[in-house]
Order: sequence, then C-alpha cells, then structure tokens
Amino acid sequence: MRIAYTLAKSAFIFATIAVFAIVHAAGQASSIPTTRLIQPEELVKLLKTSGKDAPLMIQVGSHVLFAQAHIPGSEYIGPASGDSGVQQLQKRVQSLPRTKFIVLYCGCCPWGHCPNVKPADDALHALGFNNVKVLYIADNFGTNWVDKGYPVAKGE
Amino acid sequence: MVLAAGAILLGAVVALSLRQRYAPAASISPSASHLPAPDFNLSQLDGPTLRLSSYRDKIVLLDFWATWCAPCREETPNLVNLQKEYGDRGLQIIGVSMDDSAEPVHAFYRQFHMNYPVVMGNAKTGELYGGVLGLPIAFLIDRNGRIYKKHVGATDPAVFEKEINLLLGTR
Repeated sequence: MRIAYTLAKSAFIFATIAVFAIVHAAGQASSIPTTRLIQPEELVKLLKTSGKDAPLMIQVGSHVLFAQAHIPGSEYIGPASGDSGVQQLQKRVQSLPRTKFIVLYCGCCPWGHCPNVKPADDALHALGFNNVKVLYIADNFGTNWVDKGYPVAKGE
Repeated sequence: MVLAAGAILLGAVVALSLRQRYAPAASISPSASHLPAPDFNLSQLDGPTLRLSSYRDKIVLLDFWATWCAPCREETPNLVNLQKEYGDRGLQIIGVSMDDSAEPVHAFYRQFHMNYPVVMGNAKTGELYGGVLGLPIAFLIDRNGRIYKKHVGATDPAVFEKEINLLLGTR
C-alpha cells in the first residue's frame, strides 16, 4: 500500500514537472526549430543581394519599439502574442502565394523570452506558408541589430 | 530513487529558469554612466504628469518595461519589494511603460500591486535614453540626476540593492 502511494506520488510529481516544462516552452521562441531561423548577418547579406526577390519582412513586436528602429522595408503588424496581432498578420498574408519568402522578427526581449515570434510563425505555418524564416535575435533588437551597424529605419 | 530523480529534474528546471531570468545581468553598459538623465514630462496612469527632474535629491530607478515582456513580469515583484524596503530612505522607482496603449498597463498595475508611479513612454522617450530597443532596461540615477548605471535585461535584485545602498550612502 505504501509502495503504491509512493509510486502515485512520484508519478504526480513527474506529471507536474512535465506539464510545467511543456507550458513554459510552448509559447517561446526557443521552441522554433533551428532550420526555420535566419541569423542577422545572413539577412543583411540577403538584403544586399536579393533585389526584387527580397523577402517580405514583418515585425511582430511593439509599435513603440518599431517607431524607434526597424529593418528598412519591414512592415509593422503588432505583437503576435495577442489575438489582434495574429489576426492582423493573417489578414496581411492571406492573398499571398504560400511559397512567398517571409521573414518574421521582433527583438523585444532575449530570445527565450520573446512572446511574439512563435505565435506568428505558428500562424503562418497553419496557413500553409512553407518559406518562412524567423530572425534569431539573441538579446534584443538594439544589441543584435542596431549596435552591429546593420541598416535601420525610424518612424511609422 | 524515483523521488530523487524527480527532485534533480525539478532542480535543473528551476536552475535553468533562474539562469535565463538573470542571464543578461552581465550586459550592464558602462557607456551611459554618469551622464545627466534626460528629463521628460509624461502622463501617469490616471494621474498628473510626472517630471523626472522633480525627483532630484532622490535615488531614482527608472525602469522601462511592458506588460507583454516576460522578464519584466518576473522582475516587477522585486521592484515592488525594493520600493517598499527603500522608499523611506530615498529611493523612488519610476516605471516607464512601453506598451502601445494604457489599457493593459492599468490591469497589470492592479494585478502586481505596483507601489510606484508608472508613466506611458513613447518612441521619443526611448530615443532620449539612447534607444530602448529591448526590455527591460533600467537606469539607476543618483541624487544629482546623473545616470549611475544602466542595466539591460532582467537584473538580479541583489545587484540593485547593492547599488542602491551604495548611492544611499553618498550625498
């Protein structure tokens, strides 16, 4: 009886830990497969050479941050951690071919804490887009893009 | 044995979580140190405007944050405790919300029982402080209105305490 109780208690602890770990990782950027990431230096090179084949770049973070600095040519959609941001994103891409090259980025927070890029990536994949990359920003947009001297635009 | 394994796993998860939470503490930038803190006049939540320079003679912890920022959410209870602990001795924390609207900030303020003023920041405020392009970012300002330290990312409360105590000991 005592053994059964101990086993049940252990199973409960494991289940709690597992649920905690899954919930913790579910909405986070760190759960995006590395094959779907693009590094800042790669994107900079790509933007220099791609010309008219440049990807559609979408910022899915805060407008206050976008207004201070963003990648030239990128579009502001809104924080994809909220329903309205995801809806805006879906609306923006609905008429595009599913092969369209799209780059998502945010840079609000350290990568493991960004609440925006994962829901945005999930939304595009759910719509069938198969050429989506997420810009890997380790710390924040200031440190990993602006401070590196990469191209920046300001304003709306 | 099963329980021991569970405890080890739980310990690893907690350790990883703490490491992530305070990982950016090493990114304290000395570059902004000792420059005068740029003044601003911004609306408080449901209150009058707040002018930063009116807090001269106080030690000010100016915290740029947002409701959707996970490290900010984790850090807020620490800031509430710091204000409680050091408020009578001359510390004033001021939150600058970088949310796009005040609506979620009101709810957050109540939920976290925030005990310090919060103003709504904007792109101009961010630019005044050299670009707030990642959150949270905190500036510790001395009694003369000069920036003593800039902290990028969530900061261990013990680090804040050490610096606050240092500044409290100087006039």
